[in-house]
Amino acid sequence: MTRRRAFSVAVQALGGVAGAAVVLPAVGFALAPVLDEEEVLWEPVGAPDDFTADSYKPIVFTIVEDIGETGKTTGYVRRGSPDLGEDPDEFVAVSTRCAHAGCPVRFVEAAGNFICPCHGGVYDFQGKVIGGPPVRPLDRFQTRVQGGQVEVGPRYSVTSQLEPVRARDPGEFTGGIWEYIYPPRPSVPPPP
Amino acid sequence: MRFPQALIPTPLRRPPAPGEKAPGDGGGPIERAKDAPADVIGWVDERTGATGFLTGMLYRKVPKGTNWFYTLGSATLFAFTIQAITGVFLAMYYTPSPTEAYDSVTHLTNDVWMGEFVRGMHKWGATVMIIVIFLHMGRVFFFGAYKYPRELNWVIGVVLLILTLVMGLTGYLLPFDQRSYWATVVANNITGTGPVVGPYLADFLRAGPEVGGTTIQRFYAIHMLLVPGLIIALIGAHLYLVVKLGTTAPPWLRAETKPKSLRREEV
Repeated sequence: MTRRRAFSVAVQALGGVAGAAVVLPAVGFALAPVLDEEEVLWEPVGAPDDFTADSYKPIVFTIVEDIGETGKTTGYVRRGSPDLGEDPDEFVAVSTRCAHAGCPVRFVEAAGNFICPCHGGVYDFQGKVIGGPPVRPLDRFQTRVQGGQVEVGPRYSVTSQLEPVRARDPGEFTGGIWEYIYPPRPSVPPPP
Repeated sequence: MRFPQALIPTPLRRPPAPGEKAPGDGGGPIERAKDAPADVIGWVDERTGATGFLTGMLYRKVPKGTNWFYTLGSATLFAFTIQAITGVFLAMYYTPSPTEAYDSVTHLTNDVWMGEFVRGMHKWGATVMIIVIFLHMGRVFFFGAYKYPRELNWVIGVVLLILTLVMGLTGYLLPFDQRSYWATVVANNITGTGPVVGPYLADFLRAGPEVGGTTIQRFYAIHMLLVPGLIIALIGAHLYLVVKLGTTAPPWLRAETKPKSLRREEV
């Protein structure tokens, strides 16, 4: 180790520190939303008596705050049905985001199905896929009853057996090995 | 006004006819005034050395058989320039906020003089650019102009193609109407289907798990600052390589392998 080499290494290390001081905050700035935990929002959508067990009622609520109309989304809510083994005091809130690419689905009363207009995805009454390209059942929102109102909370995804997992994007399979291929992200809240 | 002789390479300059004064040879004030453009260019050239570079670019040799297909590259550059200029004017009126974007675009289209025209030029210019860049890529491919020593140029061209598509994707969200919003939702979801990194990549693009307030601002910064800077730098490299390496003859002329004569042509 000569004096020349020692100086060279020291200056390069200093330069590295200076460069990192500039680059790392910029990279962190861009990457922050991936690691940010979103605030959990609970939105009231109606009194418990407004919802029945045999049909869905459409609701509109805010999912992203502070951006006005663009932050709102639609959903369908019903009471739990004892015929399906659900608790009648619990409510089921289904997301209208189709699990194929993200188009909004529509509940058709006569058929008791959800139909997606974009590519012909069809879901049954519980949200399971019965036709078309969707890769998993419709996402759901957590529900609770507070202050005499049914409240709708964060979104979560389900496996094909309707077991809850952390929310995924449309197009991502769930369950089994897919939990590793499409890992859960810290930016979404955990499922119930 | 005489064309400035400094812009023409020396071997191509026309010698003065008998009786005609050579440039800069004096004469009356009107004669000297005619030399004004040449004087200005001469002034700049003495301080920059730019005419050598310009004549090298504008008077470079092209192979026999160069045809209209070779204009597609310049056409792409022209389309990009139109996009840049109309984009600058649009940026003077646009607000990248989720609550105000749509209104700013409506205001620009309806109330600003020629606003609809500028916005239309930008919108259709984007389509034109994609079409022309694909035609240019096809031309280079079918003419075999990607082979040694032009492989790096091809790679730069592919990166430029990808950046152009990114410009299309990010720019599509900016009007923030229903079509823009849902097209971006779908595009982000497609990104999310990539294995292992997909969900994180989609989160990074969207700045969160939902298309929200920060998404449009992120896309705006990418569309206005990041990608145009990269495109301009890579176009500079692309053009430098084109001028340095020269263009190739069309494949139907290159089939002749025996040289007609061994005498080198001097210009």
